[in-house]
Amino acid sequence: MLTKTDPVDLTGFSVPGRGNGILDVFRRRYLLRLLVRKGVSTRYRNSALGWGWSYVKPLTQYFIYFFVMGIVLGRNNGIDNFAVYLLSGIIVVNLFNEAFSNATKSIVDNKALVKKIYLPREMFPIAAVIVAFVHFLPQVAVLVVVSSLVGWVPSLLELGAILLGALIVILFATGLGLIFGAVNVSYRDAQNLVEIIKMLATWGSPVLYSYDLIARVLPDWLQTLYMMNPLTSAVELFHYGFWFSTTDGGLQPPPNLVRDSLIGLLIVLAITAIGQLVFRRFERRFAQDL
Amino acid sequence: MDTTTIVTKTRPSIIVENVQKTFLLRHTHSFKEAFIARIKKKKISTSFQALQDITFTIDQGESVAILGYNGSGKSTLLKLIAGVLEPDGGKILTRGRVAGLIEVGAGFHPDLSGRENVYLNAAILGMNKAEIDARFDDIVAFSEIEEFIDSEVKHYSSGMFLRLAFSVAIHVDLDILLVDEILAVGDAPFREKCRLKIRELVEQGKTMVVVSHDTKTVQDLCDRGIVIKKGVKVFDGPVAEAVEVLKHP
Repeated sequence: MLTKTDPVDLTGFSVPGRGNGILDVFRRRYLLRLLVRKGVSTRYRNSALGWGWSYVKPLTQYFIYFFVMGIVLGRNNGIDNFAVYLLSGIIVVNLFNEAFSNATKSIVDNKALVKKIYLPREMFPIAAVIVAFVHFLPQVAVLVVVSSLVGWVPSLLELGAILLGALIVILFATGLGLIFGAVNVSYRDAQNLVEIIKMLATWGSPVLYSYDLIARVLPDWLQTLYMMNPLTSAVELFHYGFWFSTTDGGLQPPPNLVRDSLIGLLIVLAITAIGQLVFRRFERRFAQDL
Repeated sequence: MDTTTIVTKTRPSIIVENVQKTFLLRHTHSFKEAFIARIKKKKISTSFQALQDITFTIDQGESVAILGYNGSGKSTLLKLIAGVLEPDGGKILTRGRVAGLIEVGAGFHPDLSGRENVYLNAAILGMNKAEIDARFDDIVAFSEIEEFIDSEVKHYSSGMFLRLAFSVAIHVDLDILLVDEILAVGDAPFREKCRLKIRELVEQGKTMVVVSHDTKTVQDLCDRGIVIKKGVKVFDGPVAEAVEVLKHP
């Protein structure tokens, strides 16, 4: 028997249940890949349309917005190629909403595992975000076809803008998803806040209207805040990438798009870091609270 | 003494030192309830001491039973060693790869085939693709469900499901095996097979911790027993004596 005073060589020992957070997720890439594959393949199994379901909602939503904003409220005439404008913005917001809400639910959805086996738990929100990204790719394909029809030929700069926009959205959703996913374990009504944030994401970024309209009605400080919203930058980057070159130039990209995008990137990096910290704090209680 | 004797001397695999675990039983599960409880000055949670000042060391290659009745805190202790829970006081250290046969099948997805589930669950338990590929045939053979391996798990009988889940867990490459109420799996011949497999692991020098109140299996598999009563360690010694302590306090 060992008493406290016995000298023990502690090399090779580790404390169970303590990992390196997100870093461990990428160390166990194979498991991450399998979880993503599971998420992608089981989502709409046993339903008539299969993955088709996941496009019925965005498509319906798109046509409603197009009809109301474009035709009834006349944006179709105010913004050149409004169909492409709307589509390129809406898929960005869809990516955010989907990734964010999947990530928020991910820990509770995987409670059987979280309660019984130690894994780097960040695995679940991150897999959820990647599944949302896989889901986003066919939407991009549709956008590519549509914008090509109106004469889109991508330049390197445009492709860079698209990639930066997607990166901002993914990091933003990951960071918020880590925070809300962790809080959701103890307080299940965190999901209601998620719904509100999703609504704000749709209406608080220039998806359904153009940023210059917002500029006319908001006071300066609020306008600055609006332009600092990482989602605004991401949406404008997508507009620049897919839509701007197909227009007559009537609506220019926001004047400080480059600066705002870099600020947006810094913000989402900070949110991801905060998300990791919050997640680690709450993680200790997961197995008890689920 | 030269250095070789020190190297060959068994080193501890698991160190548990002054471990405390208090559960906070929350009565609120939403912001709304927490807010109302605060206004009405109701208690949001009550605490419950699950483990008090538990200390022991398990050497490499030892097989130890943790005995106790329901609610004694034995499963909590196993979860602490597995890293699923964290202690509130004291410390736990483990050496090597820890794998748990803790409610096998937790990671199974009914809509995936048996094959897909084997890969997914082996990966969850810490194996990489090459390791799983190498062991896949053994896993399937052990579970005796070769013909159904490509059908969806939801079509399996509960016995088939448990056999496959157990088979995955037992084939994971590990140094420390944690077992919670096993051998309730499948029919008598399969249980016997599991018992032999666990024996084999012990003979290979794996460290094993079993939690059970099935005194017969425990005596068969373990040499040492630790008895826990209401969160306090009351006995640590040969398994036969431990069983006596448990039965006749």
